[in-house]
Amino acid sequence: MTSLPVERLARPQSLHATDRSDRIYRRVLTGFALGLPLLILIILGVLFTGALPALKRFGPTFLWTSTWDPVAEIYGAAPMIFGTLASSVLALLIAVPLALSVAIFLTEFSPGWLRQPVAFLVELLAAIPSVVYGTWGIFVLIPFLRAHVVPPLKAVLGWTPFLQGVFYGNSLLAGGVILAIMIVPYIAAVSREVLLAVPASQREAALAMGATRWEAVRSAVLPYGRAGLIGAVILGLGRALGETMAVTMLIGNRHDIGVSLLQPAYTMAAAIANEFSEATTNLYQSALFEVGLILFVLTVAVNAIARVLIWRVARGQAVGSRAL
Amino acid sequence: MTTTASDGRTVGQPALSAAKGSDRTASVSPTVRQSDSPTPVVESRAYNFWYGANHALHDVTIAIPPHAITALIGPSGCGKTTFLRSINRMHDLTPGARRTGDILLDGGSIFAPGMDVVALRRRIGMVFQRPNPFPKSVYDNVAYGPRLNAMAAPREFPDRVERALRQAALWDEVSSRLREPGTALSGGQQQRLCIARALANEPEVLLLDEPCSALDPIATQRIEELLVELKKTYTIVIVTHNMQQAARVSDYTGFFYVGQLVEFGETEQVFTRPIDERTEAYITGRFG
Ligand SMILES: Nc1ncnc2c1ncn2[C@@H]1O[C@H](COP(=O)(O)OP(=O)(O)OP(=O)(O)O)[C@@H](O)[C@H]1O
Ligand SMILES: [Mg+2]
Repeated sequence: MTSLPVERLARPQSLHATDRSDRIYRRVLTGFALGLPLLILIILGVLFTGALPALKRFGPTFLWTSTWDPVAEIYGAAPMIFGTLASSVLALLIAVPLALSVAIFLTEFSPGWLRQPVAFLVELLAAIPSVVYGTWGIFVLIPFLRAHVVPPLKAVLGWTPFLQGVFYGNSLLAGGVILAIMIVPYIAAVSREVLLAVPASQREAALAMGATRWEAVRSAVLPYGRAGLIGAVILGLGRALGETMAVTMLIGNRHDIGVSLLQPAYTMAAAIANEFSEATTNLYQSALFEVGLILFVLTVAVNAIARVLIWRVARGQAVGSRAL
Repeated sequence: MTTTASDGRTVGQPALSAAKGSDRTASVSPTVRQSDSPTPVVESRAYNFWYGANHALHDVTIAIPPHAITALIGPSGCGKTTFLRSINRMHDLTPGARRTGDILLDGGSIFAPGMDVVALRRRIGMVFQRPNPFPKSVYDNVAYGPRLNAMAAPREFPDRVERALRQAALWDEVSSRLREPGTALSGGQQQRLCIARALANEPEVLLLDEPCSALDPIATQRIEELLVELKKTYTIVIVTHNMQQAARVSDYTGFFYVGQLVEFGETEQVFTRPIDERTEAYITGRFG
């Protein structure tokens, strides 16, 4: 017990107070940390109880029924599920090449002084409110599509089922394009972090074999980061699936399944936003709850997959966490 | 020190275009070797290198003879890797890197304005200090170079892969698991995989940065035998911390000390009658 005096010196009385506040602090933080997952469970529970009447009434047919008739009290989510998936896939088709190009350019080819500013601006795009994108879409994007995109598209691919009908503006195409623009910053930012996490030794291995810069990227850097890049894309998909405001303003909001990009469509998120205030009957409300439940499960699953993939590539380092 | 290429090529004109295709092996046939004054394939002249403000190499002038093994030795941090990576211009990507002086390959400056760095690196293969296999299968790792450089018809790839793996003393261990990821091999196996990958590319000059540091004595011995075999057709530069290895396999030895090439000469002379006392101190284990 010779060390006792030293211990006393090292732990003067006044520190005990700090000790206790430390403990309280830790408890509060732990509470918050545990509270968040709890919140998710509560949301799930609320959605589920809200959806229960519709679940009981329609069962699984809800998923593939295309009728949405509040008067006859028949509800089916198929058009919204279709519209959600179609607009998101369209968005990915446009956004992925663009975002990957940006990420590859920034990490591999950009001159050093350009890197930070461009990365910053790209990430700033993610901060623009959704409703601003929607407004921009109505006043800029749709006129632009009408004047410069749809005519040449129709001229070349007008015979395909995807471009049938007249383009009035609000459509799957407009919704998909605005979604694409909105998810590019996410995919680009996460992809960039994934590519930055690829060790220099991988690039060097390829270069030392006589690869050009581009060959090194294609044959070494991209394969190395593949899981993380797929994760970035799925993360973008997750955002596209749940995006509400801008899509509601542009997609046309019609309960219809059609493959033509020029026709209006509907998404789950848009339907909930539009119709909740009008949902006068219990069943109507419940049907919307069930739509919310489907959307919730879908986006949570998509995001979970994305995160697992991103973690795998960086072995536990939270690659891309800054951008999420 | 020999400063002119005596094989008729003019200084300053890269010989790369001449070395493409089938011509490339012809230009390094063993007959080129002259016993008394071999023509240097790689030569550096008053080469200085900086990482930012860190002056890592001071006036390195060395003529590396063809079809021989040149060992670079010296204590940790003295610039061996830095020099090796200069030879295939691996520093092009290092931020803040700066150099003066010159490095010549077959008499032509590797820093010449029109130099095709990609072709240069195909001629100068490199095995890095830390194994860096691709996260592809063992087979795809070794087939990387032949595929990339379209060196042969695809149906010849399996033979090339097997040959390279045999040369690197790895075939027996991986022949049944060619489809498994190269990154799943042990550290020493990964190092030999990287050697095989470099060999499959059939370079003329082979730079090896401590290739045996992760190998057991048996694998080390097989790599050494391989190097002795390879020097008939390749010019080999090997960085090693293993004095016995340098003495055993190399024909020439260069001793680096804090960024300077203190001594360079035939291995036997360097190890038995070193001129500089620092060399003597190092090889006798008095520091380093
Ligand atoms: N990428 C880099 N950036 C900055 N400095 C570096 C870099 N690589 C090496 N150096 C510095 O350059 C000097 C020489 O390093 P180098 O790697 O060439 O040594 P080495 O002789 O290969 O050592 P070792 O035997 O430990 O591998 C060291 O002082 C090192 O700190
Ligand atoms: Mg080194």
